[in-house]
Amino acid sequence: MRFCQMIVERDAAFSCIAELGKHPYVQFKDLNEEVNPFQRMFVREIRRFDEMERKIRFLESQVRKDGIDIVDIGLDENFEAISHAEINQLETTLADLERDVLHMNESDYQLKKNFLELKEWEAVLEKTDMFFQGGIDDAAIQEIEQQNLDEPGIIMRNDKEPMGFSVGVIKREKVIAFERILWRACRRNAFVRHSEIEEPLENPDTGEKVEKSVFIVFHNSERLKTIIDKVCEGFKAKQFPNCPKTSKERHAAALQVRGRIAEHRTVMTQTQEHRRKVLLAAAANLRHWHKQIRIHKSIYHTMNLFTFDGIGKFFVAECWVPLDDLENVRNSLETGVEKNGGTVRPVLNVLHTDETPPTYNRTNKFTSVFQGIVDSYGIASYLEVNPAPYTIITFPFLFSIMFGDLGHGILMFLAGLYLVLREKNLEQRQIRDEIFNMFFGGRYIILLMGIFSMHAGIIYNDVFAKSFNVFESSWKNPYNYTSLESWHNTSELGKEMMLELPPNVAYQHDIGPYSYGMDPIWNIAENKLNFLNSMKMKLSVIVGITQMTFGVILSLQNHRFFKSKIDIYTVFIPQVLFLSCIFIYLCIQIIFKWIFFWVLPGDIFGRYYPGSHCAPSLLIGLINMFMFKDRDPGFAHADGSELPNCYLNQWYPGQSKIEAILVIIAVLSIPVMLFGKPAYIMMQRRKAKRAVADNMNVRINMQTEQTEIGNGSNGFSKVEIDEKPHGSGGGHGGHDDESFGDIMVHQSIHTIEYVLGCVSHTASYLRLWALSLAHAQLSEVLWHMVLVNALNISGTVPGVIALYVIFFFFATMTFAILVLMEGLSAFLHTLRLHWVEFQSKFYLGLGYAFVPFSFKHVLELARESDSS
Amino acid sequence: MSVWIPLVAVTAFWLLVGAGGPLLVPSGPNRGIIQTMIVLTAVCCHMFWIIVYLHQLNPLIGPQIPVKTILWIHERWGDAKGELVSK
Repeated sequence: MRFCQMIVERDAAFSCIAELGKHPYVQFKDLNEEVNPFQRMFVREIRRFDEMERKIRFLESQVRKDGIDIVDIGLDENFEAISHAEINQLETTLADLERDVLHMNESDYQLKKNFLELKEWEAVLEKTDMFFQGGIDDAAIQEIEQQNLDEPGIIMRNDKEPMGFSVGVIKREKVIAFERILWRACRRNAFVRHSEIEEPLENPDTGEKVEKSVFIVFHNSERLKTIIDKVCEGFKAKQFPNCPKTSKERHAAALQVRGRIAEHRTVMTQTQEHRRKVLLAAAANLRHWHKQIRIHKSIYHTMNLFTFDGIGKFFVAECWVPLDDLENVRNSLETGVEKNGGTVRPVLNVLHTDETPPTYNRTNKFTSVFQGIVDSYGIASYLEVNPAPYTIITFPFLFSIMFGDLGHGILMFLAGLYLVLREKNLEQRQIRDEIFNMFFGGRYIILLMGIFSMHAGIIYNDVFAKSFNVFESSWKNPYNYTSLESWHNTSELGKEMMLELPPNVAYQHDIGPYSYGMDPIWNIAENKLNFLNSMKMKLSVIVGITQMTFGVILSLQNHRFFKSKIDIYTVFIPQVLFLSCIFIYLCIQIIFKWIFFWVLPGDIFGRYYPGSHCAPSLLIGLINMFMFKDRDPGFAHADGSELPNCYLNQWYPGQSKIEAILVIIAVLSIPVMLFGKPAYIMMQRRKAKRAVADNMNVRINMQTEQTEIGNGSNGFSKVEIDEKPHGSGGGHGGHDDESFGDIMVHQSIHTIEYVLGCVSHTASYLRLWALSLAHAQLSEVLWHMVLVNALNISGTVPGVIALYVIFFFFATMTFAILVLMEGLSAFLHTLRLHWVEFQSKFYLGLGYAFVPFSFKHVLELARESDSS
Repeated sequence: MSVWIPLVAVTAFWLLVGAGGPLLVPSGPNRGIIQTMIVLTAVCCHMFWIIVYLHQLNPLIGPQIPVKTILWIHERWGDAKGELVSK
């Protein structure tokens, strides 16, 4: 990673950045950090593009409202930015489109309103005709006279005035209430009739259809009319006061209105057609335009990070460029300048800086997932060892130890295979579902985990809780047939008699164990867990210690790369000694016990071994080792009688001496780890101080009358008490400014973390055993409690039906619980094992990521925020 | 003697994969990582296998099996060599 300075001419800057954005080469540094975003150079341009984006969003919503599908351009790799002239044209096009669409919307609204009025008028005319034809006026007069006769109190009627009527339109749902209120308000002197309009009419404001009715009210005085008017206002009923009184006039008006309605209809359909055409044309290009606008906007944002030199009219940019890409960046700059037609060549200088560069780990689609796993914990410090390549294999391997089942492994493998083989198709569809994207993003991990789980399933000999017997089992029946028969006959019903197959006769020692994996006899044994647990625990411990040792060795790589010898001698070597003296010694003990100790009595390491009850207990042995406990050598006295607690005694000659030495070495390495490096750094500092002191001169500055102290070669500086001279000692960056107390604390934390970590992490690796036990037991439960019940049913037909139904439950639970839930659980634990137990041995993770400027990235981010 | 056969065979297989595999990787930008993957796979899988194998080499306990199943073993898998126990 190199820190570079770019100098480009002002005119060529845009096309240079446009070239650079096509590939993820450069990370620009913000040179205008203290400048307000509203005061930056290209604020105007960015605002312009924001305006264009707003127009596009508006057009998109209009297009969607009309039900037109917007063509998605998908993920094409072309990031060519269009020229300024074309962008200007785009701006005018968008402005025109927006104006047109707004216009059309407005006129549409007006048309609809007029249409509604015309329809209502038509309905009113029709219904009024209907009313009158039915002889409504006579009926009205009659009824009102009747009312007057019944209630001679208030004379509402004035004989001189003729019978008047009002017609209007009201929403159907309000009709009943309207009538009631009218009746009460006019003291039963109004005669109301209503009729429904069959066709629902469209409300132009909301666009929804409303059902209305026509009403007619008869009244015989002005006072009543005013009352009726007020009630109509209250109910938002629209009155039509111009309704002609005679039938002929009504007919003529109806004809006229019908004509106008027909005309209106044609105009409306025409405007709809026009609008649709415009929107369709726009929809085809919307995505392209949006992409270009985003590309241009991002270029201007980037240019805002540069400093502008007003004198020479050029831009200065500072950026981080990976070493391998320097040539590519130079070429891109040249291409950019060429395209612009400029003559001044762009300059790319490599600068020196003390800032820590960003960390850049190149990944492809396969490795990016594993790099992501490592980065989630912390981005690697610049140039330190990257654990991701090893994680590619160790992660699925540890997962498989916990998940080991051939059947479930096959399911996971097939799922991963499907996702990987249909990669392109699934990517094209751009599915937005988050959970699917999580699984799809991890398709390579799922594939690898599936493959390793299949292998682990073969080794554990576990297929949906059953075992295969591919090679012959190494255990045979050791019992006499007649004895077996008699035992079988005499054993009570329901209470099966159990027998142990003693290893010295049943196990074929000369043939050896089952060739690949666990012997299938253990699957049918009652005490299967005793044997399996012991195996899995030892497996977990050995695998864990191996991974931790690997981590410590990786830290050696770090020390060698950063050329810090002090770290190798005072940190790495004591660490390895501590680890090997205690834990690798434990692993060696486990392996020796496997090889040399069996059930048959014999001579082991020159001592008489009475049998398996004397096989050494490694756990208690480890504790005794630390406590320097006195143990008897050997298992038996000289005459052959057994020693008490023979499994706690020494089992190879010289054991107590060797163990004492190992413990002492391990304990001695702790203070070396604790004090080694701080002592060295202190010595370096003292040496540096002395070196400075030898070269120091004192002189008096005549002008300022002050004493100045300086080194021989360096400049002179004013004397200050407590000045810390900058030494050249200490190879590590950053240690010069730490006080000694800080270094001591730092080192002691590191030491304690390592020492305690060794013990606790070894125990932590036992989760490999715990989860695999849980998985195997769950699997067994599903067999014994679910599937076996279906297979135990006698009779073909009921058996088949039962199997069909029960298999459904078995399959659902297997997939949901065992594959998905256990898979996620094992994934999480493997993640923890990697992050804490493995990486704490060597990984610092204090870096920051290299985020290059690239259009692909910009567009992806924009696309994500679009869909959210 | 036949204890060694699977030991040698499987070890030789993983040795072949772990040492010979990296030589077969075509050159390209991903050569290093594929080689790392092959070697790690060989080491991990072989370690897994040999731990399980060694654990079963000298078993200190035997399986406890119901008598009915032992009768089945007698029929299908056969008897052990030498004299049979008749407690």
